Amino acid sequence: MFDFLQDYDLLGAFWVTVKLTLLSGAGSLVLGTVLAAMRVSPVPLMRGFATAYVNIVRNIPLTVIIVFTSLGLADTFRLTLGGEGVKEVAFRMAVLGLSTYTAAFVCESVRSGINTVPVGQAEAARALGLNFTQVLTLIVLPQAFRTVIGPLANVLIALTKNTTVAAAIGVGEASLLMKEMVENEAQLVLITAVFALGFVILTLPTGLLLGWLGKRLAVKR
Amino acid sequence: MSDVSVTKDTIPAAEADALVALSNVNKHFGALHVLQDIDLTIARGEVVVVIGPSGSGKSTLCRTINRLESVDSGSITLDGKPLPAEGRELARLRADVGMVFQSFNLFAHKTVLENVMLGQIKVRKKDKAEAEQSARALLDRVGVANQADKYPAQLSGGQQQRVAIARALAMEPKVMLFDEPTSALDPEMINEVLEVMQQLARDGMTMVVVTHEMGFARSAANRVVFMADGQIVEQATPEQFFTNPRSDRAKDFLSKILHH
Repeated sequence: MFDFLQDYDLLGAFWVTVKLTLLSGAGSLVLGTVLAAMRVSPVPLMRGFATAYVNIVRNIPLTVIIVFTSLGLADTFRLTLGGEGVKEVAFRMAVLGLSTYTAAFVCESVRSGINTVPVGQAEAARALGLNFTQVLTLIVLPQAFRTVIGPLANVLIALTKNTTVAAAIGVGEASLLMKEMVENEAQLVLITAVFALGFVILTLPTGLLLGWLGKRLAVKR
Repeated sequence: MSDVSVTKDTIPAAEADALVALSNVNKHFGALHVLQDIDLTIARGEVVVVIGPSGSGKSTLCRTINRLESVDSGSITLDGKPLPAEGRELARLRADVGMVFQSFNLFAHKTVLENVMLGQIKVRKKDKAEAEQSARALLDRVGVANQADKYPAQLSGGQQQRVAIARALAMEPKVMLFDEPTSALDPEMINEVLEVMQQLARDGMTMVVVTHEMGFARSAANRVVFMADGQIVEQATPEQFFTNPRSDRAKDFLSKILHH
C-alpha cells in the first residue's frame, strides 16, 4: 500500500522543512527580541519603528511576503543573500521572508513577557547603576523569556506549518513534494495523511518539550 | 510653620559637609503637587528619618535622590555634583547611592549570592572571586550567609530585605536610601531588618530612611524630617520632635500614631 512512497524523497523534503523552521526560528527570535527591546526603549524613534514594523508585517499575508522576497528582492533587485543558483536563492529568500514575518509575532510574545516582569525588578537594577542595555539583558529579558516559553512554542509551531508557503517560490520542502505526489499518484487520502502525520511528528514534541521547559524554568516570586 | 530652623548644637552642621543637597525641588504627578519647594541637606554620616502621613511625598522625595523620579524644577546635588539627567553619568551616580525598596525587589531569577555579586561585577567591574568574597562577607554581616544559594522566593520577607541591604552595600555606596523598608514585612520580621539598619547607622553610613517605625526614628536618627502634603513641615532631633513637636500638623500626626 505504501510502495509508491519509495519513488519519492520524503525524508529529504521534510529535512528542508526542518531546515527552514530552524533557520527562520533562529532569525525571527533574534529579530523579534531586538524589536521587543526597541518597543520598550526610552527612544521614541525606536519605539515608533518597532511598532510600525509589527503592525505592518503581521497584517500582510505570509504568501505575499514570500512572493515579494522572490519576485521583488531576488528577481528585481538581484538580491541573492550569497546563494548560488535558483534553488539556493529561493531557499534563502524563504528563510528571510519567514523570519521577517515571524519576528512580528515573536516581538509581541516577548513584549507581553516583559510586561509580566514587575517594574521593581528594573528599578532595583537601575538603582544599582546598570545601564538600559544591562537592565534589559541581565534582568528583564531573562525573566520575560521564561514566562513566554509557552507562547513562543505556539509561534514556533505556527512557523513550522507556515514553511509550506515556501512552496509558492519553488522551495522543495514537504508540501511541494505533496503537491507533486498528488498530481502523480492515486492514493490522495493516504498522501495527505502521510504529510499531516509528518508535520504532527515535527510539532508535537516541540510543544511538549517547550511546555515542560516553561514549567521548569518558571520564575518563582 | 515650615520655616523651623534647626539648632546647630543638636544637629550635625549640615551645610559644613553636605553629601546630599536638595534645593527648591518641585514635582507634580499630574495635578498633584507632590513635592513643594523642598530644601533638604544631608550631611556625611548623618541618619535622616523622613516620616509623615501616606501621600505626603516622602517616598517620592527619597526616590528623587537617585533620580528614579525626575523632578520638575530645583536642584539636587550629590557630593557637590548635580544629578545627571540620564545616560552613563546617571548610572554612575546611582551606583554610589544604595537603595532599599519596600518590596525588596531582589532579582527573582538569580540566587541570593548572585544578587549581591551582580552590581559588583557588571558595574564595579570586579572579578568574580573578589565579588563573591565580599558578597559572602556582606551576607554574613546581615545574618543570611547560610541562604546564599537559595532563590529570593525561598526566603522570608525579613531575610529578603536583609539580602537587599547587602546588595546595596556591595556597591560601597556613599549614601543609602531606605524607602519604607519594613512596611511589607510581617511584624515579627521587622526587628531583624531594623537591627541591621541600626548597626549600619552606628557604623557611620549616611542614611535617608522613609519609615513608619517611630522606635527606629527615636533610637537611630540624627534628625527627623516630618512631611505633609508635599512639604517639609518640621525638622528636629528625634528627642525634640517626639516630645515637643512645634507644628500643629506634626502634633496631630503624632497624637494619632502614638496614643493607641
